[in-house]
Amino acid sequence: MTRFLTCHPRPDGRRARRTALAALATTSAMLLAACGGDSFDGGGGGGGNEAEEPTSGDGSLQVLIASSGDAETQAVEEAAAAWAEETGNKAEVVVASDITQQLTQGFAGGNPPDVFYVDAGAFADYAVNDNLYPYASEVEGFDDFYPNLVETFTLEDTTYCVPKDFSTLALQINTTAWERAGLTDDDIPTTWEELASVAQQLSRGDQAGLVLGLGRDRVGAFMVQNGGFWVDTQTGEITADSPENVEALEYVQGLLQDRAAVLPPDVDAGWGGEAFGTGNAAMTIEGNWIRGAMEADYPDIDYTVAELPEGPEGKGTLLFTQCWGIAAESENQEAAISLVEHLTTPEQQIAFAEAFGVMPSRQAAEEDYVAKFPDDAPFIAGGEYGQGPVNQPGLGPALADLDSQLEQLKTADVQQILQSFQTNAEAALKQ
Amino acid sequence: MSTARPVTTRTNSGPPGGPSARGRRGENRTLAGWLFVTPTLVILGLFLAIPVVMALWVSFTDWNGRGSPFSSGVGFVGLDNYQRLITEEGLTRADFMTSLRNNFYFVLAVVPAQTALALLLATILNQQLLKARGFFRTAFYFPSVTSSVAISLVFLFLFSGTGVINSLLAYVGIDGPTWFADGRGTLHLLGDRLGLWDAQNPPAALTGSEIFGLSPWEWLAGPSVALMVIIFLVVWTTTGTFMLMFLAALQDVPEAVEEAAIIDGANRWKVFRHVVLPHLRPTLLLVITLGLIGTWQVFDQVFIMTQGGPAKTSLTPAYLSYFYAFENQQWGVAAAIAFVLFFIIFALTSLQRYLFRDKDAIADKRAQRRQNKARKAALTRGAAQ
Repeated sequence: MTRFLTCHPRPDGRRARRTALAALATTSAMLLAACGGDSFDGGGGGGGNEAEEPTSGDGSLQVLIASSGDAETQAVEEAAAAWAEETGNKAEVVVASDITQQLTQGFAGGNPPDVFYVDAGAFADYAVNDNLYPYASEVEGFDDFYPNLVETFTLEDTTYCVPKDFSTLALQINTTAWERAGLTDDDIPTTWEELASVAQQLSRGDQAGLVLGLGRDRVGAFMVQNGGFWVDTQTGEITADSPENVEALEYVQGLLQDRAAVLPPDVDAGWGGEAFGTGNAAMTIEGNWIRGAMEADYPDIDYTVAELPEGPEGKGTLLFTQCWGIAAESENQEAAISLVEHLTTPEQQIAFAEAFGVMPSRQAAEEDYVAKFPDDAPFIAGGEYGQGPVNQPGLGPALADLDSQLEQLKTADVQQILQSFQTNAEAALKQ
Repeated sequence: MSTARPVTTRTNSGPPGGPSARGRRGENRTLAGWLFVTPTLVILGLFLAIPVVMALWVSFTDWNGRGSPFSSGVGFVGLDNYQRLITEEGLTRADFMTSLRNNFYFVLAVVPAQTALALLLATILNQQLLKARGFFRTAFYFPSVTSSVAISLVFLFLFSGTGVINSLLAYVGIDGPTWFADGRGTLHLLGDRLGLWDAQNPPAALTGSEIFGLSPWEWLAGPSVALMVIIFLVVWTTTGTFMLMFLAALQDVPEAVEEAAIIDGANRWKVFRHVVLPHLRPTLLLVITLGLIGTWQVFDQVFIMTQGGPAKTSLTPAYLSYFYAFENQQWGVAAAIAFVLFFIIFALTSLQRYLFRDKDAIADKRAQRRQNKARKAALTRGAAQ
């Protein structure tokens, strides 16, 4: 944190100082001029929404991934190697230590990786800046991807990239606590009232009924169940302050105030899965990533997974997804598309699912997947009715502010939270 | 000590005797000098001047992070980015002002604490009688050489809700807060404890109006509980470095002067206050300047431990700038934040330099200048006659 200053003796007299400054300025100007040349802003006008012909370079690709661990890295490496052998191209898989930053540097420097993971949250900002090559419609079997996922990567009628895989939220129930409270399979909550009542029944002194992760990515599910959401993903309008949303948030607030539900910090946990694993809560609402965490950190906890209860407007959950982005600057877009096609075949997606527990983004793989992982049926069912994340460009600060306000959901004024997000997000969209 | 030098000993004061070999040699020397500094100038230009100029340019544009900021597609937006930070009502300004507030309290707490603690430790280490000085010196300096990431992670464990600190507090009957999840302002809590206000229902007089997007109540929050942990961490890690600087300066204080003061009847406090402390003035200036600069730029600890939370109470301008640039591709705003931060640091260090100026030295210099002028006038008069 501390940065040392080197203390130079002061140059003698004003003139010397001025000459030094002039020299510095000249050097800088010369170097700047050198930087401003063609090499630096090459391809500045590429990309764009119009489907351009894909570029075809020497076919050697760089693939940047944000890996969850060795299993994922190895699986992607193997798949890429198989593709390379088949087509005679080259594919080098690089694991990012901080993918946001590495991509940002690549875009700014004009030499991004050819193929990379794009998170749904970051997608819109990359797309409006013309960093992504909109190739999706050219992919073989494009119609087979879940429409809800495809919509997540669509901006102004252009689908930029195809979803890699996805996750959904479901309800996890600690079996021991469930049985101790005298509940049976028939009691698994299917409505808001039932959820509130079982959460109440499960609450004991040292164990909360339900732990609900922080932020918009959990409470949003209740909004969907009530027919609302932060935005209208079709039209791009901000719809946060609708009465449906107020009602949904007030329902969640009620759970928190009745102590039927808690937030992770209340029980000293970083996220819902941790509170669930340590037994501080009997139920949680998390995505299929909780499987790996439970296996690794809390292997002794016995739990079942159920679909989220229906709200007044029916079923609803949230989708989380990433896509295979192809850089607008890439010189090997043709080869990149071929690689993405290879990585998203139903067979390959099942292989990925087996290796590191993600759910295939193609409907053709669903049946196979459910057969292989019957316990995950509640998760994959969400693919049909789930709601993708907010994907308008420029909303980052407004969403961060929303999350920060939702930390105080228990005591806050729900109307005010929604209203302030509405105002901030609308202002951001205008900018 | 200050015996004025007699004018007659000046060998070099006569009027210049025309061009000479000496002058040409001087030119060569200048050239050689420039040659010697060229590598440094190029490196400074490449890694300092150009990036600064580029960032300044970016702060006036809507550059989205793609390609060169100097390419034709980048729009010049004038002061728009700065206006969004300072004058325009909206989230950006509220965020920025929140970050300034947090950082202000952070600086206010860290700089005095680290300076005082460093001075105290250095004074202790400077005692001739202390045994195992080498050990203590290393021990005190150790946090400063350890990676801030590692220390931040250790602090995350120490200050977790069920961590060591809370266990210790529970031992003495205190129910510790969930440190990193606690966004309550400490001044709010203090006022509540003293009965000045009710932190749950802040007085309407403080919440009604807005100054730069935040209500007076929000401005007066003080560092949040979470920020206090970061303050504690930073004080702990930086004190060692500053202690070393003080120690070096302390070892420079001539023993004879101290002894003389003691013989003159000064007690230890008076020796410290009137002999040692004035001697430390340049070091004190350096330490506070470095402290000010470092604390206004705090980033790593926030990035690792809190990401600006809870409830934005550990958001700092440096982190906000990173957030806007890397996570939201709004490079213009991010660069503008950096430059506003630069001006704040610049203004504060200038102010501090002014406050710390050596009044005696300035008076001396003035007298000297007056004398020179008088002498010159006398010479001209002499020449005219």
